[in-house]
Amino acid sequence: MIARAVFELVDATVRYAGLREPQIANVSLEVRAGECVALVGPNGAGKTTALRALLGLVPLESGRAMALGREVGLWRRPALAREVAAVGQREEPVFPITVAEAVAMGRYPHLGPWRKFGGADREAVREAMDRTDVTALRDRWVQTLSGGEWQRVRLARALAQQPQALVLDEPTASLDLRHEMELLELVAGLVKERGLAAIIVSHHINAAARFAGRLALLSNGRLVRADVPERVLVPEVLTDVFGWPVSVHRLPDGAVQIHPERRPIPGASA
Amino acid sequence: MRVARGTFAVALAVLVVLAALAGLGFGGAHLTTQETLRALAGRGEEISRAIVWDLRAPRVALGFLVGGALAASGASLQALVRNPLADPYLLGLSGGASLGAVLAIALGVGSVWGMPAAAFVGALVTIAVVYRLALVAGGLLDSRVLLLAGVVVGAFAGALTSGILAVSESARIRSAMLWLLGGLGGASWSAVAALAVYSVPALFVLVREARALNLLSLGEEPAQYLGADVAGTRRRVYAAASLLTAAAVAAAGIIGFVGLAVPHLIRMVRGQDYRGLLPSAFVLGGVFVTASDLFARTLFAPLELPVGVVTAVIGVPVFALLLRRGAARSVP
Repeated sequence: MIARAVFELVDATVRYAGLREPQIANVSLEVRAGECVALVGPNGAGKTTALRALLGLVPLESGRAMALGREVGLWRRPALAREVAAVGQREEPVFPITVAEAVAMGRYPHLGPWRKFGGADREAVREAMDRTDVTALRDRWVQTLSGGEWQRVRLARALAQQPQALVLDEPTASLDLRHEMELLELVAGLVKERGLAAIIVSHHINAAARFAGRLALLSNGRLVRADVPERVLVPEVLTDVFGWPVSVHRLPDGAVQIHPERRPIPGASA
Repeated sequence: MRVARGTFAVALAVLVVLAALAGLGFGGAHLTTQETLRALAGRGEEISRAIVWDLRAPRVALGFLVGGALAASGASLQALVRNPLADPYLLGLSGGASLGAVLAIALGVGSVWGMPAAAFVGALVTIAVVYRLALVAGGLLDSRVLLLAGVVVGAFAGALTSGILAVSESARIRSAMLWLLGGLGGASWSAVAALAVYSVPALFVLVREARALNLLSLGEEPAQYLGADVAGTRRRVYAAASLLTAAAVAAAGIIGFVGLAVPHLIRMVRGQDYRGLLPSAFVLGGVFVTASDLFARTLFAPLELPVGVVTAVIGVPVFALLLRRGAARSVP
């Protein structure tokens, strides 16, 4: 049985007002339940724009963006947020809030303006905090958290939404090695256990290659390839896309990893 | 320093009762507490009843509603523009509202019901202009640019107001000048009724948006990810905050710093959940203006200070103190 499509971009083109070049052009991509897909590519390749198109935050010039089989523009925001939880690149609350308050905000799409925060909400928040290991931080001010802790809190808030899909825009950009691995293991675990669909935008291609089932490589707004890592991480393709010589190796466990080459040092003999 | 909800509610209730009693008890004519209470209950001498019920009670009620409206408006604008310095006065709303109201007076439609409506139109036009300016400047909305635009447009509205006054008939000028000075001297029960009728729907809208405002203080993008209809919330809150400001300005002229100091004080002791913050800000804002008005009319009696002078003299140092404490500890 083929799992159902959670996200679909069909020939999608996005052009920001006043710009000649589109941000993304004719991109088609499908992400199914139980699958983790990483969007990779150089700066300005259109990774974040593709995410924003999938989430219905930018209008398409042509093509279609679907979430759970329905045009994303037809979703009401709370209904969409009950199915799809997203964590953006940066976020700085202007007023002091505690970790528990921040995670509880994930219940908004279920509560609306008036419904009382009840037992089911408390349970969802407790479970999300346990799963992301932030329960001990519950009374801390979010402004005092480290980068890794804050990312886990935001992931907890996303889980409190009880979604079927996670969308993460550079979730590990400011994290050290251990925190990056912890976060990605956590997401990979959720995808496996709960059959969530996950889309991760990342600059860390090697990490993406180990955690994502498929990589979608974008360049200049176009989708170069979307496939299993070993078919996307090809030296000629990457060298061309990134404009820098790249070689590809395999780890003992079979994972494909890339390796940017050093330029030959001028004047040194070969 | 956080205070428990019950303690805070009791403290607010005590403050309301104290402010109301003081507002009813002190004034030009000397009444003892006993006389005041008797008159309040509808007994005692005719003259004390008239002083309490016809002069002081509407003034206390009007002050309370004006303060509440300004504080609730300021609190909601702060989340919307993601800047703790936002305030109806700084965003130009008060200036636009007073321009609308002065225009209404100059055209001879400045009734207790007509002035708030004209002020509302003035405030809405102002916020639209301020918003456009802030967007043009950067493409994305920058809250600092928004505040700057607010100050500039507010100053522009002030200049137009002076211009209108300069060319209007003298009799109308006098009433507009009196009103522009700001103050609760002209309080009447019909003014209280008008303010209440205009404010209640606006307050309802703000309370309905309380959870969305919580999300908005995280940023527009995270708020959208969490299911808030950001564009709709923004429209509704700007409209409601404009209406509250307009109604308050029409009733008592420009009174600054209520929307700035009061919400901060509540954030420090009760956190930033808007479902609690908005009602608390309304009540404490009411107490603040009622108490300020009491000082305004008793400090130099029989002369009366504009109440905006007192709110500024109390509000600015409180705000400076809050800023410093916030900066020193980074977390209140």
